[in-house]
Amino acid sequence: MRIFDPHIHMTSRTTDDYERMYAAGVRALVEPAFWLGQPRTNVGSFTDYFDALVGWERFRAGQFGIAHHCTIALNPKEANDPRCTDVLDVLPRYLAKDGVVAVGEIGFDSMTEAEEHAFTRQLELAVEFELPAMVHTPHRDKEGGTRRTLELCEASGIEAGMVVVDHLNELTVGPVDEAGCWMGFSIYPDTKMDPHRMVAILQQRGSLDRVLVNSAADWGRSDPLLTRATGEAMLAAGFSDDDVDRVLWRNPIEFFGQSGRLMLDEMSGEIELTATFEGNSILRGARASS
Amino acid sequence: MIAVRLLVPPAALRTALGPDAAGALDEMASTLAASPDRLGRLFPAAARRTSRGPLDGTAHRAEDAVRVELVAAAASAIDGAALLAELREVYRYGDADEKRAVLLALGGIDARSVDASDLLLDALRTNDVRLVAAAMGPHAARLSTHDWRHGVLKCLFTGVPLTEVADLDTRADDELVAMVRRFANERAAAGRPVPADATVLLSTSSSEA
Repeated sequence: MRIFDPHIHMTSRTTDDYERMYAAGVRALVEPAFWLGQPRTNVGSFTDYFDALVGWERFRAGQFGIAHHCTIALNPKEANDPRCTDVLDVLPRYLAKDGVVAVGEIGFDSMTEAEEHAFTRQLELAVEFELPAMVHTPHRDKEGGTRRTLELCEASGIEAGMVVVDHLNELTVGPVDEAGCWMGFSIYPDTKMDPHRMVAILQQRGSLDRVLVNSAADWGRSDPLLTRATGEAMLAAGFSDDDVDRVLWRNPIEFFGQSGRLMLDEMSGEIELTATFEGNSILRGARASS
Repeated sequence: MIAVRLLVPPAALRTALGPDAAGALDEMASTLAASPDRLGRLFPAAARRTSRGPLDGTAHRAEDAVRVELVAAAASAIDGAALLAELREVYRYGDADEKRAVLLALGGIDARSVDASDLLLDALRTNDVRLVAAAMGPHAARLSTHDWRHGVLKCLFTGVPLTEVADLDTRADDELVAMVRRFANERAAAGRPVPADATVLLSTSSSEA
């Protein structure tokens, strides 16, 4: 089973996790920029964090045979702190980089005006830099937050297929599906979504299109191997190996490949990498041949 | 104007890249020769506009060779101080690949007026072996003796081959050998292997003594 975890915060994880993830089949991941648990108080704190996402963490993952990508953004929670909002002005530097495959996590936390301003501005940046957007949906009032999220995305002019709305559950998957956006599911030990509920959603929906399954593992109680557990639950429920590969590997490549900035070209040879996906070159930057 | 030695000769690089990527490189280089302050804008996307990965027949990576040529193009139009300012900016906001390319470009600059020791020291504080190796190239001639010795020791510590260290034969001194000997003793006392490069350095120095 080859796995691309499309949402995991490796900065908060140990090298033991990298080893276990590799053993479980994880060969690529996306680490979205997010809230670190301790509120930041200045822009420099963000830029050092972004530098780590495109520097040290990428190197660290590579040492364990895992291709590391990231998304860059001002997260919704800290969009409420005026000491932090100037970070919006430095985002363009990072959005131009290889391996930065989306603008995110953006979206709502407490549904404030400041959050809406940062969200709207960053959707504009996604359009300007031709990047997908990764949208976090709030823990509280998820339904209301998801509805407003979809309205803002539509108003921004970003293509629905360039947006993943994340942390969905049984009640929020429908509207996101109807809007044509990608649907992200964070499989947690005991909160957002679990492997069996995930399988039930896939069975009920009857299509594996536009579905991303992630562990969203971070500094809280979480488990980087729940992507694998979901793949196993799919197999036990009668899905095929190809279905699992579609959800856990090819779908993330299709979604983030739209950035043109995936860096899977130097992964170990044991994984068969397709250089094109449905005719479109994913691995931009051809190999030098001679 | 500051001369920058290239990693790969321009014609060979273009042949290896193929026509599309070579065209993109030409376009970026001519832009920079006219507007060197665009370096920071062109550096991040340089790899995806051209190529990435090992360059056959050379010891270099395609994206490094391309970026060093971009620095050379910018350097052809500005003086040392202006070039240094551009490189500091590109390094500061670069990802690890961009930082490495800046360090490699510095290694191709002989003009002593260009001194980016501060960038080398920044790289040597990381544990990213690709940055550590690039920091110990020819530009490290500008590092103080103290800093240079610690750079060599860092290479041994992090597994960077000492063949990456420029001027090792001429610059290694008794104090470096003493530092390496203490490092080797510590490893031996712990029952851990002593890196082969450390053993070689110690044996060479003792045979000369």
